[in-house]
Amino acid sequence: MSRLRRSRLPARLDVTQTLSGVALALFIWGHTLFVSSILISKDAMWTVTRMFEGYFILGRPLPVLVSIAVAVVWALLLVHALLALRKFPASYRQYRAFREHRQAMRHADTHLWWWQVVTGFAMFFLASPHLYKMLTQPAAIGPYASGDDVWSGAWWPLYLLLAFSVQLHAGIGVYRAALKWGLPGGGDGARTRRRLRVLFGGITAVMLALGLLSLATYLRIGYEHRDRVGERYVPASVAAPEQP
Amino acid sequence: MNDAAADMPAETQPPRRLRISVLRYNPAEPERAPRLQTYELEEADGMTLFIALNEIREIQDPSLQFDFVCRAGICGSCAMVINGRPGLACRTLTTQLPTKIALAPLPVFELIGDLSVNTGKWMRAMSERVETWVHAQETAQGADLDRAEARMEPEQAEAIYELDRCIECGCCVAACGTARMREDFVGAVAINKLARFRLDPRDLRDDGDFYELIGDDDGVFGCMTLLGCDDVCPKDLPLMTQLAYMRRKMAAAGWRGADGAAATPD
Repeated sequence: MSRLRRSRLPARLDVTQTLSGVALALFIWGHTLFVSSILISKDAMWTVTRMFEGYFILGRPLPVLVSIAVAVVWALLLVHALLALRKFPASYRQYRAFREHRQAMRHADTHLWWWQVVTGFAMFFLASPHLYKMLTQPAAIGPYASGDDVWSGAWWPLYLLLAFSVQLHAGIGVYRAALKWGLPGGGDGARTRRRLRVLFGGITAVMLALGLLSLATYLRIGYEHRDRVGERYVPASVAAPEQP
Repeated sequence: MNDAAADMPAETQPPRRLRISVLRYNPAEPERAPRLQTYELEEADGMTLFIALNEIREIQDPSLQFDFVCRAGICGSCAMVINGRPGLACRTLTTQLPTKIALAPLPVFELIGDLSVNTGKWMRAMSERVETWVHAQETAQGADLDRAEARMEPEQAEAIYELDRCIECGCCVAACGTARMREDFVGAVAINKLARFRLDPRDLRDDGDFYELIGDDDGVFGCMTLLGCDDVCPKDLPLMTQLAYMRRKMAAAGWRGADGAAATPD
Protein backbone atom coordinates (compact mmCIF):
# COMPACT_ATOMS: atom_id res chain seq x y z
CA MET A 1 0.00 0.00 0.00
CA SER A 2 1.61 3.21 -1.04
CA ARG A 3 -1.30 5.58 -1.53
CA LEU A 4 -3.77 6.82 1.03
CA ARG A 5 -7.31 6.83 -0.21
CA ARG A 6 -8.58 8.37 3.01
CA SER A 7 -8.05 12.09 3.63
CA ARG A 8 -4.84 13.04 5.37
CA LEU A 9 -6.57 16.03 6.93
CA PRO A 10 -7.63 14.39 10.24
CA ALA A 11 -3.99 13.53 11.00
CA ARG A 12 -2.85 17.04 10.21
CA LEU A 13 -5.65 18.67 12.19
CA ASP A 14 -4.92 16.49 15.20
CA VAL A 15 -1.19 17.28 15.18
CA THR A 16 -1.87 20.98 14.61
CA GLN A 17 -4.30 21.10 17.52
CA THR A 18 -1.68 19.73 19.89
CA LEU A 19 1.21 21.82 18.50
CA SER A 20 -0.77 25.07 18.61
CA GLY A 21 -1.93 24.26 22.14
CA VAL A 22 1.54 23.46 23.42
CA ALA A 23 2.94 26.61 21.75
CA LEU A 24 0.24 28.72 23.42
CA ALA A 25 0.91 27.07 26.79
CA LEU A 26 4.64 27.80 26.51
CA PHE A 27 3.78 31.35 25.54
CA ILE A 28 1.49 31.83 28.52
CA TRP A 29 4.04 30.44 30.96
CA GLY A 30 6.64 32.82 29.55
CA HIS A 31 4.08 35.65 29.65
CA THR A 32 3.37 34.91 33.32
CA LEU A 33 7.06 34.99 34.20
CA PHE A 34 7.59 38.30 32.37
CA VAL A 35 4.49 39.90 33.90
CA SER A 36 5.58 38.80 37.36
CA SER A 37 8.78 40.80 37.00
CA ILE A 38 6.70 43.44 38.80
CA LEU A 39 7.17 41.29 41.92
CA ILE A 40 10.89 42.08 41.76
CA SER A 41 10.58 45.82 41.15
CA LYS A 42 9.04 48.43 38.88
CA ASP A 43 12.43 48.82 37.23
CA ALA A 44 12.54 45.10 36.41
CA MET A 45 9.09 45.23 34.81
CA TRP A 46 10.03 48.38 32.88
CA THR A 47 13.16 46.64 31.58
CA VAL A 48 11.18 43.59 30.42
CA THR A 49 8.66 45.83 28.67
CA ARG A 50 11.33 47.85 26.92
CA MET A 51 13.14 44.64 25.93
CA PHE A 52 10.09 43.43 23.99
CA GLU A 53 9.78 46.83 22.35
CA GLY A 54 13.31 46.38 21.01
CA TYR A 55 14.62 49.31 23.07
CA PHE A 56 17.94 47.68 23.94
CA ILE A 57 18.70 46.75 20.33
CA LEU A 58 17.21 49.63 18.40
CA GLY A 59 17.95 52.30 21.01
CA ARG A 60 14.33 53.42 21.04
CA PRO A 61 11.04 51.67 21.90
CA LEU A 62 9.11 50.24 18.97
CA PRO A 63 5.75 49.12 20.40
CA VAL A 64 4.62 47.82 17.01
CA LEU A 65 6.85 44.81 17.74
CA VAL A 66 4.46 43.97 20.57
CA SER A 67 1.51 44.33 18.21
CA ILE A 68 3.12 41.88 15.79
CA ALA A 69 3.68 39.34 18.57
CA VAL A 70 0.08 39.78 19.72
CA ALA A 71 -1.16 39.22 16.16
CA VAL A 72 0.82 35.98 15.95
CA VAL A 73 -0.53 34.76 19.30
CA TRP A 74 -4.07 35.70 18.32
CA ALA A 75 -3.76 33.81 15.04
CA LEU A 76 -2.44 30.78 16.91
CA LEU A 77 -5.31 31.05 19.36
CA LEU A 78 -7.80 31.22 16.51
CA VAL A 79 -6.39 28.07 14.91
CA HIS A 80 -6.31 26.25 18.24
CA ALA A 81 -9.84 27.30 19.19
CA LEU A 82 -11.21 26.28 15.81
CA LEU A 83 -9.63 22.84 16.04
CA ALA A 84 -10.51 22.30 19.69
CA LEU A 85 -14.10 23.33 19.01
CA ARG A 86 -14.53 20.06 17.11
CA LYS A 87 -14.27 18.19 20.41
CA PHE A 88 -16.93 20.18 22.26
CA PRO A 89 -20.32 18.53 22.76
CA ALA A 90 -22.14 19.46 19.54
CA SER A 91 -25.70 19.07 20.80
CA TYR A 92 -27.74 18.91 23.96
CA ARG A 93 -27.90 15.14 23.59
CA GLN A 94 -24.12 14.89 23.56
CA TYR A 95 -23.81 17.34 26.42
CA ARG A 96 -26.28 15.39 28.55
CA ALA A 97 -24.62 12.06 27.75
CA PHE A 98 -21.25 13.41 28.79
CA ARG A 99 -22.60 15.07 31.93
CA GLU A 100 -24.27 11.85 33.08
CA HIS A 101 -21.09 9.95 32.34
CA ARG A 102 -18.86 12.42 34.16
CA GLN A 103 -21.05 12.54 37.24
CA ALA A 104 -21.37 8.77 37.45
CA MET A 105 -17.73 7.93 36.75
CA ARG A 106 -16.18 10.43 39.22
CA HIS A 107 -12.98 9.98 37.24
CA ALA A 108 -10.12 12.48 37.46
CA ASP A 109 -9.06 12.66 33.81
CA THR A 110 -12.66 12.84 32.60
CA HIS A 111 -13.20 15.79 34.96
CA LEU A 112 -9.98 17.41 33.75
CA TRP A 113 -11.14 17.33 30.14
CA TRP A 114 -14.40 18.97 31.14
CA TRP A 115 -12.50 21.75 32.89
CA GLN A 116 -10.60 22.28 29.67
CA VAL A 117 -13.88 22.68 27.81
CA VAL A 118 -15.18 25.17 30.41
CA THR A 119 -11.97 27.22 30.58
CA GLY A 120 -11.50 27.07 26.80
CA PHE A 121 -15.03 28.36 26.27
CA ALA A 122 -14.48 31.11 28.84
CA MET A 123 -11.34 32.26 27.04
CA PHE A 124 -13.21 32.95 23.80
CA PHE A 125 -14.58 35.94 25.71
CA LEU A 126 -11.90 36.64 28.29
CA ALA A 127 -8.82 36.53 26.07
CA SER A 128 -10.21 38.54 23.15
CA PRO A 129 -10.61 41.93 24.92
CA HIS A 130 -7.13 41.59 26.40
CA LEU A 131 -5.59 40.71 23.04
CA TYR A 132 -7.42 43.53 21.28
CA LYS A 133 -6.14 46.04 23.82
CA MET A 134 -2.56 44.78 23.52
CA LEU A 135 -2.81 44.81 19.74
CA THR A 136 -4.13 48.36 19.49
CA GLN A 137 -2.38 49.97 22.46
CA PRO A 138 0.98 48.21 22.65
CA ALA A 139 2.69 51.24 24.15
CA ALA A 140 0.38 51.21 27.17
CA ILE A 141 2.35 48.52 28.98
CA GLY A 142 4.51 49.37 31.95
CA PRO A 143 4.48 49.55 35.74
CA TYR A 144 2.19 52.59 35.90
CA ALA A 145 0.34 52.03 32.61
CA SER A 146 -0.59 48.44 33.51
CA GLY A 147 -1.39 49.42 37.10
CA ASP A 148 -3.70 52.15 35.81
CA ASP A 149 -5.41 49.68 33.47
CA VAL A 150 -5.93 47.14 36.21
CA TRP A 151 -7.28 49.60 38.79
CA SER A 152 -8.57 52.75 37.10
CA GLY A 153 -9.48 50.96 33.87
CA ALA A 154 -11.27 48.26 35.90
CA TRP A 155 -9.64 45.44 33.97
CA TRP A 156 -8.88 43.43 37.11
CA PRO A 157 -12.07 41.32 37.21
CA LEU A 158 -11.38 40.19 33.64
CA TYR A 159 -7.72 39.47 34.41
CA LEU A 160 -8.68 37.57 37.55
CA LEU A 161 -11.00 35.24 35.62
CA LEU A 162 -8.51 35.04 32.75
CA ALA A 163 -5.67 34.06 35.10
CA PHE A 164 -7.60 31.07 36.43
CA SER A 165 -8.88 30.04 32.99
CA VAL A 166 -5.61 30.30 31.14
CA GLN A 167 -3.43 28.64 33.77
CA LEU A 168 -5.80 25.73 34.31
CA HIS A 169 -6.28 25.30 30.58
CA ALA A 170 -2.55 25.40 29.85
CA GLY A 171 -1.51 23.07 32.68
CA ILE A 172 -4.22 20.50 32.03
CA GLY A 173 -3.69 20.82 28.29
CA VAL A 174 0.02 20.08 28.25
CA TYR A 175 -0.48 17.21 30.74
CA ARG A 176 -3.14 15.74 28.47
CA ALA A 177 -1.05 16.31 25.34
CA ALA A 178 1.79 14.34 26.95
CA LEU A 179 -0.57 11.43 27.65
CA LYS A 180 -2.25 11.71 24.28
CA TRP A 181 0.95 11.31 22.31
CA GLY A 182 2.92 9.34 24.88
CA LEU A 183 6.36 10.05 26.16
CA PRO A 184 9.36 8.17 24.80
CA GLY A 185 10.35 5.21 26.94
CA GLY A 186 7.15 5.47 28.99
CA GLY A 187 6.95 1.82 30.08
CA ASP A 188 4.81 2.05 33.20
CA GLY A 189 1.78 4.07 32.16
CA ALA A 190 0.38 4.56 35.64
CA ARG A 191 3.69 5.81 37.01
CA THR A 192 4.17 8.17 34.04
CA ARG A 193 0.74 9.57 34.67
CA ARG A 194 1.34 10.13 38.39
CA ARG A 195 4.60 11.93 37.68
CA LEU A 196 3.07 14.09 34.97
CA ARG A 197 0.24 15.06 37.31
CA VAL A 198 2.70 16.16 39.97
CA LEU A 199 4.82 18.02 37.41
CA PHE A 200 2.02 19.90 35.66
CA GLY A 201 0.01 20.35 38.86
CA GLY A 202 3.10 22.01 40.31
CA ILE A 203 3.71 24.20 37.27
CA THR A 204 0.06 25.28 37.24
CA ALA A 205 0.08 26.12 40.95
CA VAL A 206 3.29 28.15 40.66
CA MET A 207 2.11 29.99 37.54
CA LEU A 208 -1.28 30.74 39.06
CA ALA A 209 0.34 32.00 42.26
CA LEU A 210 2.71 34.24 40.27
CA GLY A 211 -0.17 35.52 38.13
CA LEU A 212 -2.38 36.34 41.10
CA LEU A 213 0.43 37.95 43.10
CA SER A 214 1.33 40.05 40.08
CA LEU A 215 -2.27 41.09 39.59
CA ALA A 216 -2.47 42.09 43.26
CA THR A 217 0.71 44.12 42.85
CA TYR A 218 -0.60 45.94 39.76
CA LEU A 219 -3.80 46.61 41.68
CA ARG A 220 -1.83 48.20 44.49
CA ILE A 221 0.29 50.25 42.09
CA GLY A 222 -2.79 51.33 40.16
CA TYR A 223 -4.61 52.31 43.36
CA GLU A 224 -1.67 54.38 44.57
CA HIS A 225 -1.35 55.93 41.12
CA ARG A 226 -5.09 56.59 40.68
CA ASP A 227 -4.70 60.38 40.76
CA ARG A 228 -2.01 60.43 38.08
CA VAL A 229 -3.52 58.11 35.48
CA GLY A 230 -1.68 58.35 32.17
CA GLU A 231 1.69 59.19 33.66
CA ARG A 232 4.36 56.74 32.54
CA TYR A 233 6.97 55.17 34.77
CA VAL A 234 10.56 56.24 34.18
CA PRO A 235 13.29 54.43 36.10
CA ALA A 236 15.59 56.59 38.20
CA SER A 237 18.59 55.44 36.18
CA VAL A 238 17.01 56.76 32.99
CA ALA A 239 15.55 59.88 34.54
CA ALA A 240 18.65 60.82 36.56
CA PRO A 241 20.83 62.17 33.73
CA GLU A 242 18.04 64.57 32.85
CA GLN A 243 17.88 65.90 36.39
CA PRO A 244 19.55 69.30 36.79
CA MET B 1 -21.01 0.13 61.18
CA ASN B 2 -20.87 1.35 64.79
CA ASP B 3 -17.67 1.86 66.79
CA ALA B 4 -18.16 -1.25 68.93
CA ALA B 5 -18.32 -3.41 65.82
CA ALA B 6 -15.30 -1.70 64.32
CA ASP B 7 -13.25 -2.56 67.43
CA MET B 8 -14.06 -6.27 67.22
CA PRO B 9 -11.58 -8.65 65.55
CA ALA B 10 -12.44 -9.26 61.90
CA GLU B 11 -13.51 -12.90 62.39
CA THR B 12 -16.04 -12.00 65.09
CA GLN B 13 -17.57 -9.01 63.30
CA PRO B 14 -21.16 -9.51 62.26
CA PRO B 15 -21.54 -9.78 58.47
CA ARG B 16 -22.58 -6.60 56.69
CA ARG B 17 -26.07 -6.20 55.22
CA LEU B 18 -25.67 -5.23 51.59
CA ARG B 19 -28.29 -3.14 49.82
CA ILE B 20 -27.96 -3.74 46.12
CA SER B 21 -30.03 -1.44 43.90
CA VAL B 22 -30.44 -2.64 40.34
CA LEU B 23 -31.64 -0.47 37.47
CA ARG B 24 -34.25 -2.74 35.91
CA TYR B 25 -35.81 -2.50 32.51
CA ASN B 26 -36.79 -5.05 29.93
CA PRO B 27 -37.16 -3.70 26.37
CA ALA B 28 -39.52 -6.60 25.67
CA GLU B 29 -41.91 -5.11 28.25
CA PRO B 30 -41.94 -1.42 27.27
CA GLU B 31 -45.07 -0.83 29.34
CA ARG B 32 -43.01 -1.24 32.51
CA ALA B 33 -40.91 1.88 33.02
CA PRO B 34 -37.24 1.65 34.04
CA ARG B 35 -37.05 1.39 37.83
CA LEU B 36 -34.63 0.86 40.68
CA GLN B 37 -35.17 -2.30 42.67
CA THR B 38 -33.28 -2.84 45.89
CA TYR B 39 -32.34 -6.23 47.27
CA GLU B 40 -30.90 -6.86 50.71
CA LEU B 41 -28.64 -9.72 51.58
CA GLU B 42 -25.97 -10.70 54.05
CA GLU B 43 -22.37 -10.44 52.94
CA ALA B 44 -20.43 -13.72 52.95
CA ASP B 45 -16.68 -14.32 53.07
CA GLY B 46 -15.03 -13.81 49.71
CA MET B 47 -18.32 -12.73 48.17
CA THR B 48 -18.12 -11.24 44.71
CA LEU B 49 -20.89 -9.26 43.08
CA PHE B 50 -21.40 -12.22 40.81
CA ILE B 51 -22.06 -14.47 43.84
CA ALA B 52 -24.35 -11.86 45.37
CA LEU B 53 -26.39 -11.53 42.16
CA ASN B 54 -26.73 -15.30 41.88
CA GLU B 55 -27.95 -15.48 45.45
CA ILE B 56 -30.52 -12.78 44.71
CA ARG B 57 -31.68 -14.59 41.60
CA GLU B 58 -31.87 -17.99 43.32
CA ILE B 59 -33.53 -16.88 46.54
CA GLN B 60 -35.23 -13.53 46.02
CA ASP B 61 -36.03 -12.80 42.39
CA PRO B 62 -35.69 -15.31 39.57
CA SER B 63 -36.70 -12.62 37.05
CA LEU B 64 -33.45 -10.64 37.50
CA GLN B 65 -31.45 -10.72 34.28
CA PHE B 66 -27.65 -10.65 34.13
CA ASP B 67 -25.00 -12.51 32.18
CA PHE B 68 -22.16 -14.73 33.25
CA VAL B 69 -20.24 -17.70 31.92
CA CYS B 70 -16.79 -18.21 33.39
CA ARG B 71 -16.93 -16.61 36.88
CA ALA B 72 -13.20 -15.92 36.58
CA GLY B 73 -12.73 -12.70 34.56
CA ILE B 74 -12.09 -14.55 31.31
CA CYS B 75 -15.33 -14.41 29.34
CA GLY B 76 -16.20 -10.74 29.89
CA SER B 77 -19.94 -11.45 30.10
CA CYS B 78 -20.68 -9.99 33.53
CA ALA B 79 -19.52 -6.42 32.86
CA MET B 80 -21.87 -3.85 34.37
CA VAL B 81 -21.79 -0.37 35.87
CA ILE B 82 -20.93 -0.75 39.55
CA ASN B 83 -21.47 2.42 41.60
CA GLY B 84 -20.97 4.51 38.47
CA ARG B 85 -17.97 2.71 36.98
CA PRO B 86 -17.87 -0.22 34.58
CA GLY B 87 -16.37 -3.43 35.93
CA LEU B 88 -16.74 -7.20 35.98
CA ALA B 89 -19.16 -8.54 38.62
CA CYS B 90 -17.10 -11.69 39.03
CA ARG B 91 -13.91 -9.75 39.73
CA THR B 92 -15.45 -7.30 42.17
CA LEU B 93 -15.36 -8.31 45.83
CA THR B 94 -18.23 -6.84 47.80
CA THR B 95 -15.73 -5.97 50.55
CA GLN B 96 -14.26 -3.38 48.14
CA LEU B 97 -17.62 -1.61 48.04
CA PRO B 98 -19.77 0.28 50.53
CA THR B 99 -22.90 -1.49 51.81
CA LYS B 100 -25.02 0.45 49.32
CA ILE B 101 -24.27 -0.80 45.84
CA ALA B 102 -25.87 0.58 42.68
CA LEU B 103 -25.81 -1.58 39.58
CA ALA B 104 -26.78 -0.58 36.06
CA PRO B 105 -26.33 -2.12 32.63
CA LEU B 106 -23.38 -0.96 30.51
CA PRO B 107 -24.34 2.05 28.42
CA VAL B 108 -23.60 2.23 24.66
CA PHE B 109 -24.54 -1.45 24.11
CA GLU B 110 -27.98 -2.77 23.20
CA LEU B 111 -29.95 -3.61 26.32
CA ILE B 112 -31.27 -7.17 26.55
CA GLY B 113 -32.82 -6.72 29.99
CA ASP B 114 -31.82 -5.46 33.46
CA LEU B 115 -28.03 -5.89 33.67
CA SER B 116 -27.70 -7.94 30.49
CA VAL B 117 -26.44 -6.16 27.35
CA ASN B 118 -25.54 -7.37 23.88
CA THR B 119 -21.83 -6.60 23.76
CA GLY B 120 -21.39 -9.33 21.14
CA LYS B 121 -23.36 -7.42 18.52
CA TRP B 122 -21.30 -4.25 19.05
CA MET B 123 -17.99 -6.16 19.11
CA ARG B 124 -18.88 -8.02 15.93
CA ALA B 125 -19.60 -4.75 14.14
CA MET B 126 -16.34 -3.30 15.48
CA SER B 127 -14.39 -6.36 14.31
CA GLU B 128 -15.83 -6.12 10.83
CA ARG B 129 -15.24 -2.38 10.70
CA VAL B 130 -11.55 -2.46 11.60
CA GLU B 131 -10.92 -5.99 10.25
CA THR B 132 -9.52 -7.58 13.37
CA TRP B 133 -7.98 -10.62 11.76
CA VAL B 134 -4.60 -11.49 10.32
CA HIS B 135 -4.40 -10.31 6.73
CA ALA B 136 -1.96 -12.87 5.35
CA GLN B 137 -0.75 -13.39 1.81
CA GLU B 138 -3.07 -15.80 0.09
CA THR B 139 -2.41 -17.83 -3.00
CA ALA B 140 -4.77 -17.91 -5.96
CA GLN B 141 -6.28 -21.05 -4.42
CA GLY B 142 -6.81 -19.35 -1.06
CA ALA B 143 -4.79 -19.67 2.15
CA ASP B 144 -2.15 -22.42 2.16
CA LEU B 145 -3.19 -24.44 5.19
CA ASP B 146 -0.47 -27.08 4.74
CA ARG B 147 2.45 -24.73 5.07
CA ALA B 148 4.13 -24.60 8.50
CA GLU B 149 3.85 -21.24 10.20
CA ALA B 150 6.99 -19.14 10.34
CA ARG B 151 8.75 -19.10 13.70
CA MET B 152 8.33 -16.10 15.96
CA GLU B 153 10.68 -14.80 18.64
CA PRO B 154 9.27 -15.46 22.13
CA GLU B 155 9.50 -11.74 22.97
CA GLN B 156 7.43 -10.92 19.91
CA ALA B 157 4.84 -13.57 20.76
CA GLU B 158 4.71 -12.21 24.32
CA ALA B 159 4.19 -8.66 23.09
CA ILE B 160 1.32 -9.79 20.85
CA TYR B 161 -0.19 -11.89 23.61
CA GLU B 162 -0.04 -8.97 26.02
CA LEU B 163 -2.49 -7.07 23.79
CA ASP B 164 -4.41 -10.20 22.80
CA ARG B 165 -5.62 -10.66 26.39
CA CYS B 166 -8.62 -8.41 25.65
CA ILE B 167 -11.85 -10.22 26.56
CA GLU B 168 -14.17 -7.76 24.78
CA CYS B 169 -16.12 -7.13 27.97
CA GLY B 170 -17.04 -3.61 26.84
CA CYS B 171 -15.85 -1.85 30.02
CA CYS B 172 -13.46 0.43 28.09
CA VAL B 173 -16.25 1.55 25.76
CA ALA B 174 -18.71 2.17 28.59
CA ALA B 175 -16.05 4.14 30.50
CA CYS B 176 -15.24 6.32 27.49
CA GLY B 177 -16.71 9.82 27.51
CA THR B 178 -16.02 10.11 23.78
CA ALA B 179 -17.96 6.93 23.01
CA ARG B 180 -20.83 8.15 25.18
CA MET B 181 -21.02 11.40 23.17
CA ARG B 182 -20.24 10.02 19.72
CA GLU B 183 -21.66 6.64 18.88
CA ASP B 184 -19.44 6.18 15.82
CA PHE B 185 -16.22 6.33 17.83
CA VAL B 186 -14.35 3.00 17.47
CA GLY B 187 -13.27 2.80 21.10
CA ALA B 188 -10.09 1.66 22.81
CA VAL B 189 -10.91 -2.00 22.20
CA ALA B 190 -10.62 -1.52 18.41
CA ILE B 191 -7.47 0.58 18.54
CA ASN B 192 -5.82 -1.93 20.90
CA LYS B 193 -6.71 -4.74 18.51
CA LEU B 194 -5.11 -2.96 15.57
CA ALA B 195 -2.03 -2.32 17.72
CA ARG B 196 -1.95 -6.08 18.26
CA PHE B 197 -2.22 -6.90 14.54
CA ARG B 198 0.36 -4.25 13.75
CA LEU B 199 2.83 -6.23 15.88
CA ASP B 200 1.97 -9.52 14.20
CA PRO B 201 4.50 -10.40 11.47
CA ARG B 202 1.89 -12.62 9.79
CA ASP B 203 -0.32 -9.60 9.18
CA LEU B 204 0.86 -7.92 5.98
CA ARG B 205 -0.99 -4.65 6.50
CA ASP B 206 1.12 -1.51 6.89
CA ASP B 207 0.37 1.80 8.57
CA GLY B 208 -1.29 3.09 5.41
CA ASP B 209 -3.78 0.22 5.61
CA PHE B 210 -4.44 0.87 9.28
CA TYR B 211 -4.87 4.58 8.52
CA GLU B 212 -7.67 3.64 6.14
CA LEU B 213 -9.45 2.00 9.07
CA ILE B 214 -8.89 4.38 11.99
CA GLY B 215 -7.28 7.53 10.51
CA ASP B 216 -10.12 9.93 11.23
CA ASP B 217 -12.11 11.57 14.02
CA ASP B 218 -14.23 8.45 14.49
CA GLY B 219 -10.98 6.53 14.88
CA VAL B 220 -7.78 7.21 16.73
CA PHE B 221 -7.94 11.01 16.29
CA GLY B 222 -11.36 11.08 17.95
CA CYS B 223 -9.86 9.78 21.20
CA MET B 224 -9.82 12.65 23.69
CA THR B 225 -7.51 10.88 26.16
CA LEU B 226 -10.01 10.83 29.00
CA LEU B 227 -8.41 7.48 29.95
CA GLY B 228 -11.51 5.96 31.53
CA CYS B 229 -10.66 2.92 29.38
CA ASP B 230 -7.21 2.51 30.89
CA ASP B 231 -8.51 2.94 34.42
CA VAL B 232 -11.35 0.41 34.27
CA CYS B 233 -9.89 -2.32 32.02
CA PRO B 234 -10.31 -5.52 34.10
CA LYS B 235 -7.37 -7.10 32.28
CA ASP B 236 -5.08 -4.13 32.94
CA LEU B 237 -4.31 -3.76 29.25
CA PRO B 238 -1.87 -0.87 28.59
CA LEU B 239 -4.54 1.08 26.72
CA MET B 240 -3.10 4.54 27.36
CA THR B 241 0.27 3.62 25.87
CA GLN B 242 -1.30 1.74 22.95
CA LEU B 243 -3.64 4.61 22.10
CA ALA B 244 -0.70 7.03 22.16
CA TYR B 245 1.40 4.64 20.09
CA MET B 246 -1.27 4.20 17.41
CA ARG B 247 -1.94 7.93 17.40
CA ARG B 248 1.73 8.61 16.67
CA LYS B 249 1.86 5.98 13.93
CA MET B 250 -1.38 7.13 12.31
CA ALA B 251 -0.38 10.79 12.54
CA ALA B 252 2.91 9.96 10.82
CA ALA B 253 1.14 7.89 8.16
CA GLY B 254 -1.42 10.62 7.57
CA TRP B 255 1.06 13.48 7.61
CA ARG B 256 3.47 11.95 5.16
CA GLY B 257 1.22 9.62 3.28
CA ALA B 258 1.91 5.90 3.72
CA ASP B 259 5.50 4.79 3.14
CA GLY B 260 6.51 8.41 3.01
CA ALA B 261 4.94 8.75 -0.44
CA ALA B 262 2.86 11.79 -1.29
CA ALA B 263 -0.82 10.95 -1.14
CA THR B 264 -1.81 12.08 -4.57
CA PRO B 265 -4.95 10.82 -6.22
CA ASP B 266 -4.22 8.15 -8.81
